[in-house]
Amino acid sequence: MQEIRRKYVVPGDRIIEGNFRPLFNVIKAGNSIIATRIGIAEAGREGVKVIPLSGVYIPRVNDIVIGKIMDHSSLSWEVDINSLFSAHLPAQDVFGRDFSPARDDMGRELATGDLITARIVAFDRTRDPMITIQDKDLGKVPRGEFVKISATRVPRLIGKRGSMIQTIEQATHTRVLIGQNGIIVVTGRNSEGIKLAVRAIRMVEEEAHTANLTQRVKSLLSISDSSSAETSQSQPQNVHKNAESQSTIQEVEEELEEEAEKGEKI
Amino acid sequence: MTQTRSLIDENGKRTDGRTGDQLRDIKITVGVIKNADGSAFIEFGMNKIVAAVYGPREVHPKHMALPDSGVLRCRYHMTPFSTDTRKNPAPSRREVEISKVMREALEPTLMLEDYPRAAIDVFVEVLQADGGSRCAGITAASVALADAGINMRDLVSACAAGKVDDRIVIDINDTEDKEGDADMPVAYMPHLEQVSLLQLDGILNEEQFNQCLDEAVKGCKIVYEVQRKALMQKYFGNETELKEEQ
Repeated sequence: MQEIRRKYVVPGDRIIEGNFRPLFNVIKAGNSIIATRIGIAEAGREGVKVIPLSGVYIPRVNDIVIGKIMDHSSLSWEVDINSLFSAHLPAQDVFGRDFSPARDDMGRELATGDLITARIVAFDRTRDPMITIQDKDLGKVPRGEFVKISATRVPRLIGKRGSMIQTIEQATHTRVLIGQNGIIVVTGRNSEGIKLAVRAIRMVEEEAHTANLTQRVKSLLSISDSSSAETSQSQPQNVHKNAESQSTIQEVEEELEEEAEKGEKI
Repeated sequence: MTQTRSLIDENGKRTDGRTGDQLRDIKITVGVIKNADGSAFIEFGMNKIVAAVYGPREVHPKHMALPDSGVLRCRYHMTPFSTDTRKNPAPSRREVEISKVMREALEPTLMLEDYPRAAIDVFVEVLQADGGSRCAGITAASVALADAGINMRDLVSACAAGKVDDRIVIDINDTEDKEGDADMPVAYMPHLEQVSLLQLDGILNEEQFNQCLDEAVKGCKIVYEVQRKALMQKYFGNETELKEEQ
């Protein structure tokens, strides 16, 4: 971990010289690694990457996304996943292999305008992404407050090992469902809590790249470090919910090592 | 191009008081248009230009899409009030040409192969024109593309050089463009050290040409510093070095 070197870069900047593996948002030119996006460059043992601070969402296989049903043909639903490509959800994914377009009413299962949590199963940029809802924690999102942020802010909103989102959830007694594509659904019993959570999410989006963000989010939610622990103790039910939501969050975690750690936990 | 008056006075000063190797004041603001994915506003001397980038997004009409690469579409446009006499808002021959050269100047830096079947649209709107608007437009468009988070090998900086009163000067203004002997806009990628646009209006001998190109590249490097600073300012504020958060 100590070996990781970070710096701010704009496209064209030389991040580091030497024999390093380019991971993403970088290119290798001769003996040096060059940034191709604005962001924070990280040079570590496993390679060099740039965590971008702007850009649209490009789907990646195994991303958990939240999408909106736009339409359906006789064999699949078309889902808007906040990307330049619209995703396809095959009808067989929902009805099983014996799906018959004549017998089964697709509109009854998922109507136009419904929100779903889905996982991207296949995408190679030559064809539109294919998604599935057949997994734990996937499927229709019945209710909640819809928030859209830039997909590049998602890792920051989750925070290291889910710290940021846990802080928000615990302080506002809500459950925050995050799609890797920047679509967020906030649910909770208390409308004030939802409002506050949305404000905190907006704040993270706007100030994602600045230092000490966690502190400022905490002051917005008017909690100090000790009181957040108290809240979690007094609301055992809520903590349980958070643990549930973490399994979804786990798959959208930004750092590889953290993902590995989590995998062990679960 | 007949000369009616001296464009460089006995002190070596030009019509706007600059020396031969001095650029006009440049100011770039990033992210001025909320609806766009990336945008930039540039004030290059008296030029005032807005550049907005949309995309990567779906291509319409669909037949323009390429299966293995993205398409870059540029539109350079001058507003009717950008010049002293009203400019017809319909795209003129000159605007169509500049849109094309602008696209060709930006294309080599973009990694369009990362965005197959998608389009990246760049709109450059000149609010006030003062000579060298294509260079300022390219400069702003490049910053807007970086702001949009599109993968780029390098930024593109543009600056013109030219011949005025038999002297090679940098960053030609409107008067020098109209009354001078030669105008050479150059777009340059500073890290890659490659030229992506080179046009020449006027006559230069080989020596003058080389000198002109060198001067223009020097200008581009100055422009690059301004671009970089503007991007840094937008994303990282006044911090230039990353402080570890804990």
